[in-house]
Amino acid sequence: MALTIEDMKHVAKLARLDLPEVELEEMARHLNALMTHFEHLQALPTEGVEPTAHSIPVFNVFREDETQPCLPRERALSIAPEARDGLFIVPRIIED
Amino acid sequence: MELHTLTAHELSRKLRAREISALELTEAVLAHIERVEPAIQAYITPTPELAREQAKQAQARIDQGDPSPLLGIPVALKDNMCTEGVKTTCGSQILHNFVPPYNATVYRKLQEAGAVLVGKTNLDEFAMGSSTENSGFFTSRNPHDTERVPGGSSGGSTAAVAAHETILALGSDTGGSIRQPASFCGVVGMKPTYGRVSRYGLVAYASSLDQIGPITKDVRDCALLMNAISGEDPNDSTCVQLPVPDFTDALVDDVKGMRLGVPKEFFAQGVQPEVVTSVRSAIDKLAAAGAEVMEVSLPTAEYGLPIYYILAPAEASSNLARYDGTRYGLREGFEEGHIRMMEKTRAKGFGNEVLQRVMIGTYALSAGYYDAFYLKAQQARTLLRRDFERAFEQCDALVCPTSPTPAFKIGELADDPLAMKLADVLTIPVNLAGLPGISVPCAPVNGLPVGLQIIAKPFDEATALRVAYAWEQMQG
Repeated sequence: MALTIEDMKHVAKLARLDLPEVELEEMARHLNALMTHFEHLQALPTEGVEPTAHSIPVFNVFREDETQPCLPRERALSIAPEARDGLFIVPRIIED
Repeated sequence: MELHTLTAHELSRKLRAREISALELTEAVLAHIERVEPAIQAYITPTPELAREQAKQAQARIDQGDPSPLLGIPVALKDNMCTEGVKTTCGSQILHNFVPPYNATVYRKLQEAGAVLVGKTNLDEFAMGSSTENSGFFTSRNPHDTERVPGGSSGGSTAAVAAHETILALGSDTGGSIRQPASFCGVVGMKPTYGRVSRYGLVAYASSLDQIGPITKDVRDCALLMNAISGEDPNDSTCVQLPVPDFTDALVDDVKGMRLGVPKEFFAQGVQPEVVTSVRSAIDKLAAAGAEVMEVSLPTAEYGLPIYYILAPAEASSNLARYDGTRYGLREGFEEGHIRMMEKTRAKGFGNEVLQRVMIGTYALSAGYYDAFYLKAQQARTLLRRDFERAFEQCDALVCPTSPTPAFKIGELADDPLAMKLADVLTIPVNLAGLPGISVPCAPVNGLPVGLQIIAKPFDEATALRVAYAWEQMQG
C-alpha cells in the first residue's frame, strides 16, 4: 500500500503543515520506500494479543486536593510571541 | 595534572581533601571547552557564567562539610531538558528562542546535589536521529575521528564527555539515543528502566519510550549519577514509586555464577563481523571470570524497527502538536489567520526528519489506518516484551553489541535513511520493553570505539551496572 500525493495532502492538512506539493511528493517517495522495508510486520500473527501502550504497568497517582503554587501568569506570558493585558495575542478566530 | 580528564569520583575526593577548589575545576573544564569546542561542536549553549556562580555555591557547601558526591562536579545537559533562564532549543529552529520558565526535575535534582551546569548539548532535532546530523543548528563531531558522527541523538553529550568538555552529562534515550552515541564515542551510557527517572521538563518525543539517563567516563560515575537523578516525582505520574537503591553498592567486581544470555538475533546479519568479534571476546572474558553464558532467542526482535517507526512517530505527532506559534517559540504568518499561522510556523520551524515523522505518525493514527498500523504495532510490542520476559526466566542479564557498526562518516548515510535507522536496531527493542540497558566500551575496531550492551530486568539497573563494572575492571 503506497501513499499517494492525495494522501499526503490530507495528512499534511491534519498535521497543520504548510508544505508545497513538490516537497510532499519527495516525502511520499521517501516514506513509501521506508514502509516497504517495514511491511513484514503485517505478516506477524497478532490476533487476540493484548496491545501494550506502556511497557511498565502505570497506575493513577493521587494526592491531596490542595492548592499549590503554579507558574505565575507573567512568567508564562514572558516568552509569548506577543502578549498584552495578561493575555496571549492570537489571530482573530471569530469573524465579525 | 589535567583536572578535566578525571572522573567525578576522583575529583570529588580531591575537592573534599581540599587539593582543588570547585571553581578551579570548573575553570579547567571551561578552558578545555574553549580549546576543543571549535573542532568538536558539542554545545549549543555553553553556560560559563552560570557555571562559575554554581561552582562558588558548591565550594561553600563543601566548606560546610556537605557530603554530596556531585558537589562541584561539572555536568552538561542535552538541550531537550528545561533549564530555567537558560535557552532550551531541543535542536529545533521552532524553539530557537525558547527560554523555559521552569526546571526539569533532573536539573533541579542536580542543583540540589551541587553539580555545576557547564552547558546545553547538541542533539538531533527533537531527539529524532542517530548522528546529530538532524540538528537544526550544526553537526557535532566524534572526538575519536572528527570526520565521523558522534552518534545520536544525544551526540553532543557523548562527544562532550569523550572530549573531556564536561565530567558528566545527561542524555535521553527513546530508541537508543544514549547507548548508541555512547558506543560511538567510547563512553558509558545508561538508559534506566522506563519510570525510574522523572521525565518532567524533558521535551517529549515519544512519551511511552523516552527516558533520561547518565553519560559518563566510567561505570562508577554512572552509578553516582543514577543515584542523583532517580526516584519518584509528583510532577511525573509515570515515574514509579519504588525505593531507589544506592547504585554504587552494585559495583562488585565479581560475575561468578551470574547467568548471562546472548540473544542470537543480535549477532545476526547486518552486524559488522569485527563488532561481533569485539563483543564475543568481551563475553568470553566474562565467562572466563565465572559467568554462566547461554544463548537465548528474542524472535520478535526483528520487528523492533517497524514497531518503533509506527509507535514513536504516532506519539510524536501528538506531542509536537503544541508547537503552533501560539504560546512560545517561532511564530510565522500571524496576519493570515490562526490556521495558516499554525501551518506556516510548523512547516518553517521543523526540519525534514521531524516533518516526516509527524507525517508518518499522523497517517498511522488517521481514520481507517489505526488498526493496521498503531494497534498492530502495540500488539507486536506485547510479543516482544514477552520474548524478554521468557529470556529473563533463564538469565540475569543479556549481553550483545550496542550498535551494528562503529561511528560512520558525516554525510555517509544521509541519503540512506534505512541504513541510518539500522544504527538503532539493537537498542530499540530495549525501549519497547521498557528495560534498563547500559553501553560500555569494549575492544575498538580500526581505532573506533565499540559498545558492549548489557540489558537487565525492569528496575534491576544494579545487575547491568555490576556486569558493566566487572567488565571495566578486567580491562584495567
